[in-house]
Amino acid sequence: MSDNKSGPKNGPKTNNAGRAAILGAIRQSLGRPELSTDAKRGLNEHIAKHRANLVPARGKGDRAALIKRFREMAEAVSCTVETVADAAHLPAAVADYLRANNLPTQVTLAPDEWLAGLDWEGQSLLETKSGAAGIDDLVSVTPAFAGVAETGTLVALSGAGHPTTLNFVPDYHVVALPTSQIVGAYEEVWAKLRKANKVGRGFTMPRNVNMITGPSRTADIALTIELGAHGPRSLHIVLIDDETAGETDGETEQA
Amino acid sequence: MEFMKPGAFKDNARAALADQDLRSAMTMLSTGMIPNRQGAVDRLPEFEKLSQRGRELKDHVLAHLDFYLERFERNCKAAGGHVHWCATAEDARREVLEICRSVDAKTVTKGKSMIAEEIHLNEFLEQHHIEPIETDLGEYIIQLAEEPPSHIIGPAIHKTKDQVSDLFLKHHAKLGRTERQTEPQKLVNEAREILRQKYFDADVGITGANYLIAETGSSIIVTNEGNGDLTQTLPKIHIVVTSLEKVVPTLEDATTFLRILARSATGQEFSAYTTISTGPRQDGDMDGPEEYHVILLDNGRSAMLGSEVQDMLRCIRCGACMNHCPVYQSVGGHTYGTVYVGPMGAVLSPALLGVAETKHLPCASTLCGRCEEVCPVSIPLPRLLRQWRQRAFEAGDVPSLERWGLSVWAFFAKRPWLYGLGARLAMRGLAYLGRDRGRMRKLWFAGGWTDGRDLPAPEGQTFQERWRKQQRERAAS
Repeated sequence: MSDNKSGPKNGPKTNNAGRAAILGAIRQSLGRPELSTDAKRGLNEHIAKHRANLVPARGKGDRAALIKRFREMAEAVSCTVETVADAAHLPAAVADYLRANNLPTQVTLAPDEWLAGLDWEGQSLLETKSGAAGIDDLVSVTPAFAGVAETGTLVALSGAGHPTTLNFVPDYHVVALPTSQIVGAYEEVWAKLRKANKVGRGFTMPRNVNMITGPSRTADIALTIELGAHGPRSLHIVLIDDETAGETDGETEQA
Repeated sequence: MEFMKPGAFKDNARAALADQDLRSAMTMLSTGMIPNRQGAVDRLPEFEKLSQRGRELKDHVLAHLDFYLERFERNCKAAGGHVHWCATAEDARREVLEICRSVDAKTVTKGKSMIAEEIHLNEFLEQHHIEPIETDLGEYIIQLAEEPPSHIIGPAIHKTKDQVSDLFLKHHAKLGRTERQTEPQKLVNEAREILRQKYFDADVGITGANYLIAETGSSIIVTNEGNGDLTQTLPKIHIVVTSLEKVVPTLEDATTFLRILARSATGQEFSAYTTISTGPRQDGDMDGPEEYHVILLDNGRSAMLGSEVQDMLRCIRCGACMNHCPVYQSVGGHTYGTVYVGPMGAVLSPALLGVAETKHLPCASTLCGRCEEVCPVSIPLPRLLRQWRQRAFEAGDVPSLERWGLSVWAFFAKRPWLYGLGARLAMRGLAYLGRDRGRMRKLWFAGGWTDGRDLPAPEGQTFQERWRKQQRERAAS
């Protein structure tokens, strides 16, 4: 992380007495003073290297295997998944999905340049707007930063074009994911994130990194699994095949 | 049943065993949670190795806890967050209240947090005229029932569906919902619709944290319902209430724990929502809180470091130990009378509340060892339970009859020939008493056993006789 941002401007002051008491108590229990500069250097290195510990075999494989695994794992947690040939087909795919499932056709789009560049006007069935989610919004369409094959997990980063509420407030969530954004393991997402948000020698985190694995669910009533507890009742993933020869939709990463 | 009185364990257990609703709710553990966990573990061949690495990481962090907490604080502040160091539960409640008052908060939505339970935050907020609204379905149910959680990840696990139906009808009728719902889907939907507006109206959202990341100054929540995300995204202020031992060095290290947490807890490959939050909303963001506060609670944890119960600080709160505990399965969580229940609660509660008040809890175990077998960070729970028993004995917290019994046993145990003789005599005596049916319905001094079931009459030889015979046969062969 970059340490050069200014601290909080207002709000309660740090409880310095509590801080000193707790750090003192920790050191007393551990039977040592504050760590030496040398000892700290080693720990700083651990952080600076941020090595992966152990990546399961299921997070590895060739492109086709990873895409297949992503799809299978996502379907196993009640996502529905379809693939379209290129991004231009996305608006029609969304319209068809909503119609086929008898869902509302008022759609809130993430205010994202890539999504905005697609032809939504051509879908006469859809009523689109863009922005953060309001309480009455029923359907959202958002891009994702990555898909992770090991558990069929989508990763969304908050940012100007990607309000977090779109992932949680609407009843029905549609996510557009170019297959080139699918990786094998979570660690590859962190590598992508460190690169995309690089600042100096460090990087900045967005307010939220949302790892989403299937629609909302609960087992709090008699351990029976029910979907749609507080977040989306359904999660539909439209994979955009941008890796097959001849098809490139350019840079679609969130940043 | 009287809640939150660990001293009443024995009375609570008696009542729990007679409670048919509780028994039917608790059988779901063995038909659901246990096979689900086993399935998830079996599907990931690397689970054991990840678990081992998780254990090593926790030990590493605990040995350098001061460093990682300072690093967390520095990076959290750099991202625009606030860190509040709170030595006691009282300090933590005060800090939360002060933050709530800074925006004149009327209502506070809450995601599931065991630390909030530990510091009894809801009662405190209510006393200060701030309404806490639990949004996790299980927490919402027990808030309506005015009960504490009975499980660390499934707070309403003790409730049957019918009890939830009654509870919703009783509390929601005034909101115009006068039809008693019996389908789980309809009950879930009813809670969803009632809570929806409250997320948008709340002034402050409070969540817990499964992990804090030193490298980035972030907090992580792992949930399934999405309530935690609505809670921390819609209000003006997001408060994270958490404790010292939740910190991990890097995103990669957090990842190792995420791979074992859901599998151990619910048997899922990954929970529906794992959310990493760093600071308040950023320039250009259209939603998210304007302030981000982290309450770092000690409340006895720093004193556990370097002590014989330090291993307990590795706990990742998955609940596997209680799901697999025969005592917990029989009596449920409320019997313990503490916020943390089951084997992990019986080890943690004496450290947080003192041995005198909680001395019954370490005894509420058969020491069968299943808890340690399923613990993803290898906490030696049976050993720690025995340690607390020993402490209670040393402190004189054991009743005199029990002490007398133990010293009689010790007298014989130190004299093996006398012990063997006594065992033979006792066995023959019991065999004679039970000669007709092969079992006994009643036995002096053993009412605790025979009230609930018959005692089988011993037959054949004593254990020592059989042992000697087997050793002789081995030597001869």
